[in-house]
Amino acid sequence: MSVSSATTEMVDPVPGAAAPHLPQQPDLVQLLTPEGERVEHPDYPLDVSAEELRGLYRDLVLVRRWDVEATALQRQGELGIWASLLGQEAAQIGAGRAMADGDMAFPTYREHGVAWTRGVDPLHVISLFRGVDNGGWDPIATGFNLYTVVIGAQCLHATGYAMGLQRDGAETATLAFLGDGATSQGEVNESFIWAASFSAPVVFFCQNNQYAISVPLERQSRVPLYQRAAGFGFPGVRVDGNDVLAVLAVTRAALTAAREGQGPTFIEAFTYRMGAHTTSDDPTRYRLASELEEWKLRDPIARVKAHLSRTGIADADFFDAVEAEADELAQRIRSGTTEMTDPPGTAMFDQVYAEQTPLVAAQQAQFEAYQASFEGSEH
Amino acid sequence: MALRQFKLPDVGEGLTDGEILQWLVSVGDSVTVNQPLCEVETAKAAVELPSPYAGTVTELLFEPGTTVDVGTPIITIDTGGDAPAPAPAGDGAAPAAESAEPAAGLIGGAAPGGRTAVLVGYGPRNTEARRRPRRAVHDAPAPVGADYGSGGQDRPPLLATAPDATVKPVRHGGLEVGRQAEAHARAEAAAPSRPVSPGHGRVRPLAKPPVRKLARDLGVDLAALTGSGAGGVITREDVTAAAAGPRTAPAQVEEQAPEQVLEQVPDLAAVPTPAAAPVAGERVPVKGVRKATAAAMVASAFTAPHVTEFLTVDVTRMMKLRSEIAARPQFAGVKVSPLLFVAKALLLAARRHPMVNSSWDEQAQEIVVHGQVNLGIAAATPRGLIVPNVKGADRLSMAELAAALTELTETARAGRTAPADMTGGTITITNVGVFGVDTGTPILNPGESAILAFGAVREMPWVHKGKVRVRQVTQLALSFDHRVIDGELGSRFLADVGALLSDPRTALAY
Repeated sequence: MSVSSATTEMVDPVPGAAAPHLPQQPDLVQLLTPEGERVEHPDYPLDVSAEELRGLYRDLVLVRRWDVEATALQRQGELGIWASLLGQEAAQIGAGRAMADGDMAFPTYREHGVAWTRGVDPLHVISLFRGVDNGGWDPIATGFNLYTVVIGAQCLHATGYAMGLQRDGAETATLAFLGDGATSQGEVNESFIWAASFSAPVVFFCQNNQYAISVPLERQSRVPLYQRAAGFGFPGVRVDGNDVLAVLAVTRAALTAAREGQGPTFIEAFTYRMGAHTTSDDPTRYRLASELEEWKLRDPIARVKAHLSRTGIADADFFDAVEAEADELAQRIRSGTTEMTDPPGTAMFDQVYAEQTPLVAAQQAQFEAYQASFEGSEH
Repeated sequence: MALRQFKLPDVGEGLTDGEILQWLVSVGDSVTVNQPLCEVETAKAAVELPSPYAGTVTELLFEPGTTVDVGTPIITIDTGGDAPAPAPAGDGAAPAAESAEPAAGLIGGAAPGGRTAVLVGYGPRNTEARRRPRRAVHDAPAPVGADYGSGGQDRPPLLATAPDATVKPVRHGGLEVGRQAEAHARAEAAAPSRPVSPGHGRVRPLAKPPVRKLARDLGVDLAALTGSGAGGVITREDVTAAAAGPRTAPAQVEEQAPEQVLEQVPDLAAVPTPAAAPVAGERVPVKGVRKATAAAMVASAFTAPHVTEFLTVDVTRMMKLRSEIAARPQFAGVKVSPLLFVAKALLLAARRHPMVNSSWDEQAQEIVVHGQVNLGIAAATPRGLIVPNVKGADRLSMAELAAALTELTETARAGRTAPADMTGGTITITNVGVFGVDTGTPILNPGESAILAFGAVREMPWVHKGKVRVRQVTQLALSFDHRVIDGELGSRFLADVGALLSDPRTALAY
């Protein structure tokens, strides 16, 4: 019969359907359970004041509101695209708040929460996604580099910058952000090697949100990501990425070690992208609703709120005030976005080099002449 | 009062249109900012569009099911107060453009020059396709010198054939070229009498070498095809579709529309009546679910060697059992249909013959026998044929299966089937009986090895216990992939399904 020459095996017909989402993880650092209960970890003690806790909650809520508004604006045709951070707020706020003044962050295109902690105006991020500019903030003043869309390239930048800091004798560090998919990129692995070889003061902060667009992590790595660091010769830590306190403690410790000359650390923030990869993506095509429901129970904001209420650190008035502030922020983002003006076509020539070169100047002149040739025609 | 219109945005990157699936608001409703207005399906996803305005809905400009070009107003909202409304400004237009044209945004009020200034990439555009006139290539001012690829000369002269074509010059890359091709096609459609040489003077149709070879192998004339790829490039799919479908009429040659215009590919479940040629002069654009179905059916028909076997079954006992079961309390609220019994019989028979629940893995040269049955049910929906499946159907009890089928069909009819529910199927049933026909030769759902067509249950004269009686009779047709399932296995499987339906007590012997 026709099958005699072929091998036959039993396989799971739905790839990934049986994949464990949060298996038994003895190595996962957690300081605040999904139920909002504070727990201790021997290696990562964290002394956090009531004021700081309320501040973290405010950060989380405002950043989520910003994200929701930006997603809506994209759906209304006001933004070209938006990369949502929904579900990853704690990983970003925790990491951002762990940074000291002189530290420098090297983000991907999703680190809106980190941008927030560095004092970047949300509208300066939005303008990039509206196509008005290439990112409107000052990277040096904010300690927050421009967004890098090329996957993983920022790890090289962060490592090189860290090596520069090292040579300057500065007691600061860099924080490189990357996603789980980026760990498969060559330049990320190169940056790990350079960082290890030179003990560069860089911390690699990987938000493992489980999917590289549609590819689940188990297709990309046979071992948990944090274990890879051992092969490069520096420590790797897996932290509950939906636990803002654990992320804060782990990142703070890693940055301190980097500043003190102990070299790089790899942090795997174990989290989940609750929304689409970007507004051009439809996650229902590659992941199951049950998985999403499971992660909703680990929401990064709900657990902080539960903790604040239970311990009496915050009351209903506080939560209402944060909500009101979030609505104001959303309104400011909405009106600020729609009021952005179209930059002149020649603006692109201004930022190629710090100083204009004769070649660029000639091209600009040609471009202007070409534009002028349309004057008077119907358009 | 101030009327604002919301234009269909590009919700993906570079989408040109979307289909309005359903409205979530009605005329007279008050809406708040970001309240979902409607659900729109694009080539990428079905998404809800949130309202950019707060106010009262005064007009819904398109019926559900309509495909609308990006940039076309779809809803009018009265934001109250005096025009122009304050706060959430911008209907996709630059504020500058709006202040210069206070009437912009009103019904029918096109922006000056027929085009709305946009801030965002492929953002809103007017659908009138009134654009800057393209200057003839030779008298255009030499654009920017050689560094910019001096443009024009060697580009496919999509627009040069129509001196009055009102389209922008090519300068925004492939997408803009595609847009122009589209606009050009519309212009062509509007003036069908204008003589246009096939391919617009292009001597050699655009296609990659492997596609040319494929066309040669399949005997397809590339010059007679309309390319659906970027810039009118003829793709592999175009060639296979042309080889599968009826011969392309010469009249179609002249079109530059990126969407293929094909006659419907015969597909049993979705086309209850024989696929008659469209009435003369009528053209049905192929898009969305129909386009996906056509591609899938062609792929399936041309890769899996199909065999179809038929069996006529007396299902009188099954129908009797059906009414008994329907009366039981655990089946309250679910539909106990003949389809349920066919599904159950198929699942029982598949347990005996696991090889029917398998896939051919061409790359690995292996047959993949699936560990569970994800039972697909072909469903005719307003959006076209879709095949959602019940995951792990073989592990469900009769009542659970009934509930799953009921939910699956209701979800499909409502057009809310999630894409995940349509992938991972391992075997399919197509219920052609609901259309009153007896049987057919179904085409396999790609990747699967068997599909069972279930015909109408009719009262027929039938020899029962040696006498001619009126019995309830139906026909089953099983198509299978002959690479995976040979005639013996297919026959035994079909006979088992038939035996289970003619005498459900047979199940006890399993």
